Amino acid sequence: MHLSPDEVILWQYCFIKLNATIVSTWGLMLVLVIGSMLVTHKLFAGARRTRGQNFLEIIVSSIRKQIDEIGIDHPERYIGFLGTLFLFVATAAFGTIIPAYEPPTGSLSTTVALALCVFVAVPLYGIADQGLAGYLKSYVEPTALMLPFNIISELSRTLALAVRLFGNMMSGTMIIAILLTITPFLFPIVMTALGLLTGMVQAYIFSILAAVYMAAAMRTRQPQAESASTTENTNN
Amino acid sequence: MDSMTAIAVASIVTAGLTTGLGVVGPALGEGRSVATALTSLAQQPDASSTITRTLFVGLAMIESTAIYCFVISMILIFANPFWNHVIALTTGK
Repeated sequence: MHLSPDEVILWQYCFIKLNATIVSTWGLMLVLVIGSMLVTHKLFAGARRTRGQNFLEIIVSSIRKQIDEIGIDHPERYIGFLGTLFLFVATAAFGTIIPAYEPPTGSLSTTVALALCVFVAVPLYGIADQGLAGYLKSYVEPTALMLPFNIISELSRTLALAVRLFGNMMSGTMIIAILLTITPFLFPIVMTALGLLTGMVQAYIFSILAAVYMAAAMRTRQPQAESASTTENTNN
Repeated sequence: MDSMTAIAVASIVTAGLTTGLGVVGPALGEGRSVATALTSLAQQPDASSTITRTLFVGLAMIESTAIYCFVISMILIFANPFWNHVIALTTGK
């Protein structure tokens, strides 16, 4: 029994190791990219569409709606990043219906990489939205006393993002592996179904948290819009 | 009891205690938050999307403390650094 798919080494040449995490990550990337290319190489604008186009349109428009509801102004600018995070984590969890597949998100290196993407992307989008000075000012927002706590929270939430996803996916595989040795037939299937649900919820949470962090980094416009709407309401 | 047995006993007992005790707090917290969210959903069904989203984000935050405990007990059982150190020492001799 192993803790993560990092320990499954499929091919080795000197110090170059090819473990199950890398293989399944590239497999998922190929499935996502080739699948979307197959669907989008011919698109229809009319009422008659292919099933794949309908499927992708449902996914894209619902992700766009979720980002919009968080309070980010132009969702189509950020859907590339947030949607990719969601799709990758969700497909990684969904692949567990294939036998002998281990989700790459069950390895700490993958989830740390994803969390580092969020860690880098949040300041970038924040600076792009409100300028360098405006973004740096958000660190001393209530008072200058909060500066160290804001920096600590920036680091600890990245750690939490990585460990949360890793813990959930790893516990799913681990519980199934333990149950296989105790009660081989029915219970592992039930736990696999539960693991599918947990994986979808974790994908949702991961992307929603990334979106919330980004919305917090771009928050200057938010209170103004809210106060404007409240003044409108009071005027009415 | 030599040091290897002591490390093994301490690791296994601590792994069980970590998950067992560490899950109590998050369970109570999640129960409270879900109960409050259901109450507010019943009072304001219009705000269901906001309440559900905030509930999920909050649950993820609460749940992560339990998952830290789980990860620590998994490390204690499957990737114990002290155990590996002792094994390296004994095989090195």
